[in-house]
Amino acid sequence: MSVSKDDVKHIAKLARLKLNDEEIESYTGNLNDILKYIDKLNELELDDVEPLSHPVENTNVFREDELKESTTTDEALKNAPDRTDQYFRVPKVISQSNN
Amino acid sequence: MNSKYEAVIGLEVHAQLLTNTKIFCGCSTKFGNNPNSNVCPVCLGHPGVLPVLNKKVVEFSILFGLATDCVINEKNVFARKNYFYPDLPKGYQISQFELPIVEHGHLDITLKDGTVKRLGITRAHMEEDAGKSIHSQGDETLVDVNRCGVPLLEIVSEPDMRSAEEAYLYLTKLKQIVQYLGICDGNMEEGSLRCDANVSIRPVGQEKLGTRAEIKNLNSFNNVAKSIEFEIERQIELVEDGGEVVQETLLWNADKNETYSMRGKEDSHDYRYFPDPDLIPIHISEEWKNEIAETMPELPKARFERFVNDFKLPEYDAGVLTATKNLADYYEEVLKETDDYKSASNWVMGDVSKILNEEKIDVSKFPISPVNIGKLIALINNNTISSKIAKDVFPEMMKEDKDPAVIVKEKNLVQITDTSAIDDAVTKVVDANPGQVAQFLEGKEKVIGFLVGQVMKETKGKANPQMVNDALKNKMNEMK
Repeated sequence: MSVSKDDVKHIAKLARLKLNDEEIESYTGNLNDILKYIDKLNELELDDVEPLSHPVENTNVFREDELKESTTTDEALKNAPDRTDQYFRVPKVISQSNN
Repeated sequence: MNSKYEAVIGLEVHAQLLTNTKIFCGCSTKFGNNPNSNVCPVCLGHPGVLPVLNKKVVEFSILFGLATDCVINEKNVFARKNYFYPDLPKGYQISQFELPIVEHGHLDITLKDGTVKRLGITRAHMEEDAGKSIHSQGDETLVDVNRCGVPLLEIVSEPDMRSAEEAYLYLTKLKQIVQYLGICDGNMEEGSLRCDANVSIRPVGQEKLGTRAEIKNLNSFNNVAKSIEFEIERQIELVEDGGEVVQETLLWNADKNETYSMRGKEDSHDYRYFPDPDLIPIHISEEWKNEIAETMPELPKARFERFVNDFKLPEYDAGVLTATKNLADYYEEVLKETDDYKSASNWVMGDVSKILNEEKIDVSKFPISPVNIGKLIALINNNTISSKIAKDVFPEMMKEDKDPAVIVKEKNLVQITDTSAIDDAVTKVVDANPGQVAQFLEGKEKVIGFLVGQVMKETKGKANPQMVNDALKNKMNEMK
């Protein structure tokens, strides 16, 4: 398996990263090196091995449905680049108007 | 609908689970609190925090799975669904992807003509809700994170529905089930039940599915039905005119009654799901499953059957009364004071429901307690008051939820069963209406209705109508 420059551009776009041509070139190389390494695993006979989602054997760590005190609104908004009294303020996202 | 085509509809329903706290932290799930007040570092998505799963969310999901004949997956895991939007502080939503908690279930709907149709449930999975964006008029968007992390069960149906009516019935049934289970309040207007509809058409007889459009954010049962109906017609017209349906996301404009394209999100359908390393897998043992099954409340179908069998109610009554858990509960509370099952049903479906419909309120907010309705029925059945007087007592109870016996006493409405008092009134009415009496004696027995009415008027409605009827007949027969 390998990735093309277009794949890298697409992934960068999804991650909201701006890459220049040189970076695209070098990341394509880097990513393909990683994929080549992963491909080595395919040389093994793995048909009987269940996919591993987590490296730990634990299961079922829960909390009870009990209320804990929340942070204050002021504290919550403290690190926001922009805010009003009670809200986070961000640039307008979408105009959901009809046509 | 053009009979050359058939519609194929699948629904995705998000049910907000009725927990006290969020899915991964101890913040409140309460609706309507001040913006950004039910928040903490976990649901704000601060770096370095660790989500811990609310056990109740798992239990509720298993309960739903059992109630809809799903397979409960012994192992299930959370996954990250990656996308950027300001109401999603972490940049990913914690959801389930490859291994949802339950799958392969179904529920049955009853169509207008009485046939029962089984509709498949593909899967239901646990996930967290996103926050709320408020798009103000200027060039800014305000974000409230309170809803972030509120637990949802996303219930995905098979594309088994063929009309807007079937979709409406499916949604109604689903709402009924989650309400009976007590896992979701089913309030579409407040957003605790949300619905997206996938709609496509295909020529009748063709097996391959047509390209589908997804209608998002439908906030009422009527809008679900109307938007699907509109979308089916739109697609048929488009295809008939030589066009092609494109896969897109649509929104519903309830004022104009039409769907319209929601542009600009097409790109983002690449969610790059992967198992969330912060949350370890869930293992549901046979034992745990059985424990939860034991807590399973009575479901609508069983309650319907019990109402028909134990209370001898007509199926129509049983259907209406068990439509919502609250109404069925109310009805059964009424029965604590009377065993006149049919009268209780008539009152709840009649006088009570009439007001509920007029005021558009749920029975849980109805001013008269069911116990007092039961007492009112008992007063009629033991001849303390006539059913006509009961109709006058009812509005008094609406004003104040008092024991009807007290109202009857205060207003002096006790039924007259004293024969001498009734005889006096009868004599008076017979003397005052010689014309009608003559008609009766000539064989026009129908006229007795008028005379009974006059006696009731004379006694201010308090006389026992059957006794009046008998007394009048006796009196006039003596005159023959």
